[in-house]
Amino acid sequence: MSIAIDQTLCKACGACEKVCPGSLIKQRADGIAYIKYPKDCWGCSSCIKECHFGAIALYLGADIGGMGSRMQVQSKGDELYWNLTRRDGSHEQIVINKKESNKY
Amino acid sequence: MQTGATQTNLVQIQEKKILHTDVLIIGGGTAGCYAALTLREHSGCSIVIAEKANIKRSGCLAAGVNAINAYIVDGQKPEDYVNYAKRDADGIVREDLLLTMSEGLNRVTEKMERLGLVILKDENGKYVARGNRNIKINGENMKPLLAQAVEALPDVTILNRVNITDYIVADNTIQGAFGFSMEEPIAYEIRAKKVLCATGGAAGLYRPNNPGFSRHKMWYPPFNTGAGYAMGINSGAEMTTFEMRFIALRCKDTIAPTGTIAQGVGAKQVNAKGEVYETHYGLTTSERVYGTVMENLQGRGPCYLRTEGITAAQDESLKKAYLNMAPSQTLKWLESGKDPSEQNVEIEGTEPYIVGGHTASGYWVDTNRETTIHGLYAAGDVAGGCPQKYVTGAMVEGEIAAEHISEQLAKEAAQQEQPTPESETEQQELDQKAAEYERYLNKQQPLFTTEQLEEAMQKVMDNYAGGISTHYQFNEQQLALAEEKIRQLIELAEDLSASDMHELMFIYELKERLTVCLSVIAHLGARKETRWHSFAENLDYPEKSDEWLRYVNSKMENGKLQIIYRDLVGREERYEHRD
Repeated sequence: MSIAIDQTLCKACGACEKVCPGSLIKQRADGIAYIKYPKDCWGCSSCIKECHFGAIALYLGADIGGMGSRMQVQSKGDELYWNLTRRDGSHEQIVINKKESNKY
Repeated sequence: MQTGATQTNLVQIQEKKILHTDVLIIGGGTAGCYAALTLREHSGCSIVIAEKANIKRSGCLAAGVNAINAYIVDGQKPEDYVNYAKRDADGIVREDLLLTMSEGLNRVTEKMERLGLVILKDENGKYVARGNRNIKINGENMKPLLAQAVEALPDVTILNRVNITDYIVADNTIQGAFGFSMEEPIAYEIRAKKVLCATGGAAGLYRPNNPGFSRHKMWYPPFNTGAGYAMGINSGAEMTTFEMRFIALRCKDTIAPTGTIAQGVGAKQVNAKGEVYETHYGLTTSERVYGTVMENLQGRGPCYLRTEGITAAQDESLKKAYLNMAPSQTLKWLESGKDPSEQNVEIEGTEPYIVGGHTASGYWVDTNRETTIHGLYAAGDVAGGCPQKYVTGAMVEGEIAAEHISEQLAKEAAQQEQPTPESETEQQELDQKAAEYERYLNKQQPLFTTEQLEEAMQKVMDNYAGGISTHYQFNEQQLALAEEKIRQLIELAEDLSASDMHELMFIYELKERLTVCLSVIAHLGARKETRWHSFAENLDYPEKSDEWLRYVNSKMENGKLQIIYRDLVGREERYEHRD
């Protein structure tokens, strides 16, 4: 389980570094974020929700059946936009209203 | 984790900070944060929260939670919840703790709603129930809501990224705790009149489902490494029911929850032949795991939750529900191109955990949640005797402890001022502790890394103390081997080296888990029956017996773990520590 940080999109704001419940994300001298301990990631997605620049994606390790898709989430107002990009470049989106409860 | 086996740079503790506070809360998760809110409502005391990550998303609620799993719905009473939890644990619970917890579940839920938690309501404004004990929410942001409320409190100092390693105890009374920053070379001594331990339970004792790259894709937060248990054990606090391990039945690979599918769309557990097997083995939490193990052993695996044939609307609702608590499961559905309606969800049991929010392992506390060390309280997953507490129960325990702490502080303030230690003594004790930290920071050319010893520990527990590979079963001879090998690892851990403060935390997390392992092994051996399949399946004693309707407790005395058997506590009494 882990996350991938796209360092070309990272704006060095440090928000992901602050929020990781395992303190696994560090910043380089120039502030760009990287995950120092990728095997220690729980997959909670806190950092992905925190990143306003779409620089962090969640993926499943190959050992748990991952097939190379990346998932990101953008928060806009009351809505969370979860975006999946598959290995072949195809996309899928699920929108969740934060004010709506789960059905289950 | 990586360790600097070839690192030669020496790190020195640069700064030693001594803080004084009325109350120290160790762990800013669900229980710790809720306790801080309650303390501020009742008392003007000073509060320090020491949290090893950052309280915004730390602890069990990092990803969110899909439902309130412990709530007294219309038509139910707190006593019904006690009965349910007692039945699920086959009698080994503290009914006084369960009842006082159950009585507060709805109160803390309403408070969370006031803080901004979204709860589903019907047309009459009533919460919508999911079964007898659950209500439906959007809990994705539950922890940030709680953390925000705590951050807004006056006179609360939040020390993020500070890892607590030891209690300071004198005459069996808590005095505070030692720790260090995991970012900077700073050692802390935090002196407090009262301490609340809310560090959570212990993951990572056993070899996990996915021991390779995805080793931390586990049920329980991998960052909860049993610090609170270990500090209590090492300081001579009495602990209870460590033999009632928790094993979760989860979606294969992603280790995402199954309850949302089982309860949400009514999916049954089926084997490879499509036969519903859950009814053959029973429906308690441990029986559901055991049934799945047995079906696999008898050649009828893999096992599934039968989701094929659910509606498209149900598919959509499931995918959304998982995004709010376990996004990896939705990711798996999306990338496989198959919705749950098209493919049953494969299930498996996890490795065992020690976690007092689900089973009954943890500190032996009185009804006020005070431990056997005076002035030290426990709440949430670290507190024993009170299973099935979940998120809201952890909050209630934080509340109960905080209320008693407030009362005690007020009483003691009216009495004579207690003698405080000389500042010179405080400085000497911190110097000693800092020297211990520096020994790991200055070790040269160690043979083993922390990661290697962690893997060794998990293998020992897996092979000899009832892990996944032995179908959660064990016998006394295996337990004896487990103890011998864990003791060897404890010795080897003394030689570990850290090249920075984060690696130093990894070493202490390993040491904590090794300490907890010894207690788990001792407890598994001390209960000479099999009351709970899989959770504690002792092959030397495969039957259960009424003779074992009692608690197995333990306490470290003169470096040796002593087993104490205690009679069951009923719901009508308020339990006080007497001996």
